[in-house]
Amino acid sequence: MNKGKKITQQQLFLPVVCVLLVLAVNIFYDVSQGNEFYNFFKITLTNDVLQGRLINILNRGSEVAILAIGMTLVVSASAGTDISVGSVMSLCASFCCMLVAGYGVSSVSSPDEFAMPLVVGLLGALVMGLVCGAFNGALVAYLNIQPMVATLILWSAARAIGLLLCNNLIVYVRDDTFGLFGGYLGPIPTPILIAAVCVAATSLVLKKTALGMYVQSVGINKRASRIAGLNSQKIIFLCYLICGLCAGIAGIVASSRITSADSNNIGLNMELDAILAVALGGNSLGGGKFSLAGSIIGAYTIQAITTTMYNLGVSTEVAPVFKAVVVIVIVAIQAPPVRAWFKKRAAAKAVQKGVASV
Amino acid sequence: MKTVSLGKPKSQMNSNTLLLLITIVLFFVLYAIGCVVYGERGFTNLQTFLNVLRSNAGLICVACGMTCVMLTGGIDISVGSLVALDCMLLAYGMANWGLSAPVMCLLVLVIGVVFGLVQGYCVGYLEIQPFIVTMAGMFFARGMTAVISTDQLSINQDVSQAFYDVANHRIYFPFGGVVNRAGKVVMPYIGVGVVIALAVLVAIFLVLRYTKFGRSLYAVGGSEQSAAMMGLDVKRTKLKAYVLSSLLCSIGGICYCMNTMSASVSQATGLEMDAIASAVIGGTLLTGGVGNVIGSFFGVLINGTISSIVQFNGKLASSWPNILTAALLCFFIVLQSVFAKLKEKNK
Amino acid sequence: MENNVVLTMRGITMTFPGVKALDHVDFTLRKGEIHALMGENGAGKSTLIKCLTGINDFEAGEIRVDGVEGPVKNHSTLDAQKVGISTVYQEVNLCPNLSVAENLFIGREPMTPFHTIDRKAMFQKAQALVDRLDIKADVAQNLENYSLAIQQMIAIARAVDMDCKVLILDEPTSSLDDSEVEKLFKMMNQLKAAGVGIVFVTHFLEQVYAVCDRITVLRNGTLVGEYPVAELPRVKLVAAMMGKDFDDLASIKPEGFAYDASAPLEIEARGLSHKGTIKPFDLDIHKGEVIGLTGLLGSGRSELARAIYGADRAQTGTLKVGGKQAKISRPIDAMHLGMGLLPDDRKAEGIIGDLSVRENIILALQAKRGMFKQLPRAKQEEIADRYIDLLQIKTASRETPIKQLSGGNQQKAILARWLATDPDFLILDEPTRGIDVGTKTEIQKLIVQLAGEGKSIMFISSEIEEMLRTCNRMAVLRDGAKVGELDGELTQERVMSAIAGGANNE
Repeated sequence: MNKGKKITQQQLFLPVVCVLLVLAVNIFYDVSQGNEFYNFFKITLTNDVLQGRLINILNRGSEVAILAIGMTLVVSASAGTDISVGSVMSLCASFCCMLVAGYGVSSVSSPDEFAMPLVVGLLGALVMGLVCGAFNGALVAYLNIQPMVATLILWSAARAIGLLLCNNLIVYVRDDTFGLFGGYLGPIPTPILIAAVCVAATSLVLKKTALGMYVQSVGINKRASRIAGLNSQKIIFLCYLICGLCAGIAGIVASSRITSADSNNIGLNMELDAILAVALGGNSLGGGKFSLAGSIIGAYTIQAITTTMYNLGVSTEVAPVFKAVVVIVIVAIQAPPVRAWFKKRAAAKAVQKGVASV
Repeated sequence: MKTVSLGKPKSQMNSNTLLLLITIVLFFVLYAIGCVVYGERGFTNLQTFLNVLRSNAGLICVACGMTCVMLTGGIDISVGSLVALDCMLLAYGMANWGLSAPVMCLLVLVIGVVFGLVQGYCVGYLEIQPFIVTMAGMFFARGMTAVISTDQLSINQDVSQAFYDVANHRIYFPFGGVVNRAGKVVMPYIGVGVVIALAVLVAIFLVLRYTKFGRSLYAVGGSEQSAAMMGLDVKRTKLKAYVLSSLLCSIGGICYCMNTMSASVSQATGLEMDAIASAVIGGTLLTGGVGNVIGSFFGVLINGTISSIVQFNGKLASSWPNILTAALLCFFIVLQSVFAKLKEKNK
Repeated sequence: MENNVVLTMRGITMTFPGVKALDHVDFTLRKGEIHALMGENGAGKSTLIKCLTGINDFEAGEIRVDGVEGPVKNHSTLDAQKVGISTVYQEVNLCPNLSVAENLFIGREPMTPFHTIDRKAMFQKAQALVDRLDIKADVAQNLENYSLAIQQMIAIARAVDMDCKVLILDEPTSSLDDSEVEKLFKMMNQLKAAGVGIVFVTHFLEQVYAVCDRITVLRNGTLVGEYPVAELPRVKLVAAMMGKDFDDLASIKPEGFAYDASAPLEIEARGLSHKGTIKPFDLDIHKGEVIGLTGLLGSGRSELARAIYGADRAQTGTLKVGGKQAKISRPIDAMHLGMGLLPDDRKAEGIIGDLSVRENIILALQAKRGMFKQLPRAKQEEIADRYIDLLQIKTASRETPIKQLSGGNQQKAILARWLATDPDFLILDEPTRGIDVGTKTEIQKLIVQLAGEGKSIMFISSEIEEMLRTCNRMAVLRDGAKVGELDGELTQERVMSAIAGGANNE
């Protein structure tokens, strides 16, 4: 009993259980379809690249994983979410392609036609991400606007600005170098590598600097942090900046996958996935302590759920129904009144047991 | 009472009234700009203004609901998807289930209430952040729309004669006629949707001002703790607010459907943003407790005027209204924040 | 029930985890009297009131209210209101965005036959009510347009109009100025004449003597006594509140630990002030001294310290630290000048609850070094272990979240946080509150020891005896202003009469 309680209190309990559940569904599905039960884990080398459902999940989940890094910090420090990440992704992708192809040009297919070198485009996307992050951060940290409301502005505007930059066109940059970011580096899908690098870099920063402690400290108790000498405004601003940068990187990956900037569809609904990843990772949406590992596992779990749903024949449009249900169940379990109810029940049971043993 | 409000010293006019005033002035300025720049293309016609109302009838209803939720300090971003679900239900139901238009409308309203009950329960009784709850609601409704059908459906006379007739019924004004190119005098007109929207506007205005429920929305938004101390049922009030929002959203969905006469999965995307922006521009505070539907109404009109101007221009990209609305929203949010800071300083 | 008595509380007992908050406390309120409930921090005043209004559940004892059969046990403020007990708190519990009339009548508005609010009738009734109580307010205006005093009175008007027999005023005057207090008193007297029993909780002695008929004093959760005002002069009241029985501990001050006016100055404050909390003050603090700030709660002790530290940015005046002009706009500036502040509200401003003891201890040191110069993990652990050992912090491990520790150990960890930064000037605001006697002595000894090492300490406490034992000089505050300094032979009598001030010193 006691041991069980300890396990359920672990922060990684929720994400791991979800992963196991998804695995179980997959195995069950495979068996019922007459496939080998390990089909899910099968990785093959076809056409010189790695393939398999697991690789597919890791590959497709990269953007959400990258976004989840920034989102985790934002949630922890400001007890709010950045809902603009999806739109910012789209804006960054559009900006990148616009810089490379030139304004108003709908398609370029070789470096000779580039208006600017690819590097400028990529850097431009990252800078755009930082600018958006700075905008959100300034509103939240310095003007004390609720995070969700502050990021609502870019949620709506960023995609529209992206469309404007692309002159309402889908701008294609059909170039192998650009396609690399969403394609394969050797046999391995590049997005997996990019996500891995981002996660590694963030972990390194968290390990080597005091950022992690600062962020959690501000998220848990702003007043006490101030007395202890922290500048909470600066720290919250920094979190939004990082979140914007992550959105920029994710935007590059997403646009490289389709070697184009499709403003209307890149990063669509991605913000929910990122928030869900954070919540699934066992992090409280009320801010405070965070676990980056949890968020990353959460991100891939969501992709696993999505991929599994597609396997089961659920269409892209219908998938949000299930996601919505998952979100509500997860946050409802974390809700204080529900927790109090469970505690009360547990206490009542304990009393009953006590009575029975007497 | 009247003498009291007349005797209000000017210095005591608070920042909230000022915000509302800025909004109303802004609307007239925008409209005047439209009249001056596009006067010769017919911007000055009364019908232009009425068209703004006609195309935004649904948004007016939705914005009224949004205002009620925002008064409690919450937010409801599920409205756009709910409108899409409503339209899809109407179109699909009338075409494929053989149900009559009134039955389908009733069904849509019932679904709105149920939807609101679930969201309201999660926000009020489970104390989950409104944004998360309604975001899930938003995805749920959008997904359900796709479950019903992923096709682009349109409502024509074959689908439902009754609905078609009501939607296309024109109520002409006895004045303000314009001679068109063919030399015929065309009287300005509005549709049934506009009448419904204005009725909703007036009803919600009265509810907010003259009922216990309306006042408790303000009280909860002003200070939840105080409201509870004064004996109000905070949880129930919140639940009711979300039910009202979803119900009004369903009414708005019917109006919206009358205007577009079609349904698709991607319909009304971003409508929640327009509704929130309208409310905020109309002086509703995001922190709750301050605002009214008249302001939101003007917020919608400003939105509509911007779209109208972009339309009349004909050359501007279609994303401009979005950007301009977001810019206005940003302006008003910052303004509210500055006012709040000033107030704090004065204390 | 005795005649004239509206409320009796007998043997009220209540424990919070680990602390006996109330121990068999009695309280009696009569019709038409204003009864002051006095006591220092942690004495149990607010706990007692919360037991009465149903916010806290008491374990033993009984409450009886005039006109109600049998013992009363409230479970919410609403229950309390139903039996005629209304409370007005320091923070006004009204909605600032609604009109005065609505605040008076919300939840019980007059209705028209159509089930809508009869605004006209509501405004008329509201105006009649405020006129009757002589509140100068236009009921159609929003509440936020009025001063706190008027808001406070409107809160009282609401309470009174709901047929209350017992009116509890919980520190209603904390944020009012003198003329506003005057108005409030007028209203209280009016209500008293109408037969309402008023429980008045305040820190201001003057006010007690201005309006009250009777005083009940609590200390450390126990009843000290109930006195008619005339029989309890100020000094005796202060003594009752602060306690006068010394612990039988030997003096911890070493020989020669006395005020040395020739020691070099660490802090020179001239005309520092913070609007609304502390009036301009001058203060010199020497190296190696322990200066005590004394005065009643709300006299501005914490606020003075906070103004120096930059926790509340001083709006006027200048500050020299170690002889150099200093500009402090936020705590980190003060920290770089070698200061540290242990705040009085441990939960709200001290601990970072979910972080480990280690992280809590090194937080300030890390903040001083900056984000990019992280202390190596081994160093962090060494520091944490050193202070856990030195201060004998009882914790399962250094990685235990600090919120799981007892109050005293949390306090030690916060103290460790500041000691780790090796400050030259340390402000300790109520470091011993809610801590057992043993730990208290440890902390007191530590203070004296630190001063011996040449650090300057500012010590704030509600308990006079511990101040006498540790300080070699005291600054006295009253009503948000510094009113004097005491050095030389510090005795209880001197300190108390300085705190009490006023004309009727005995």
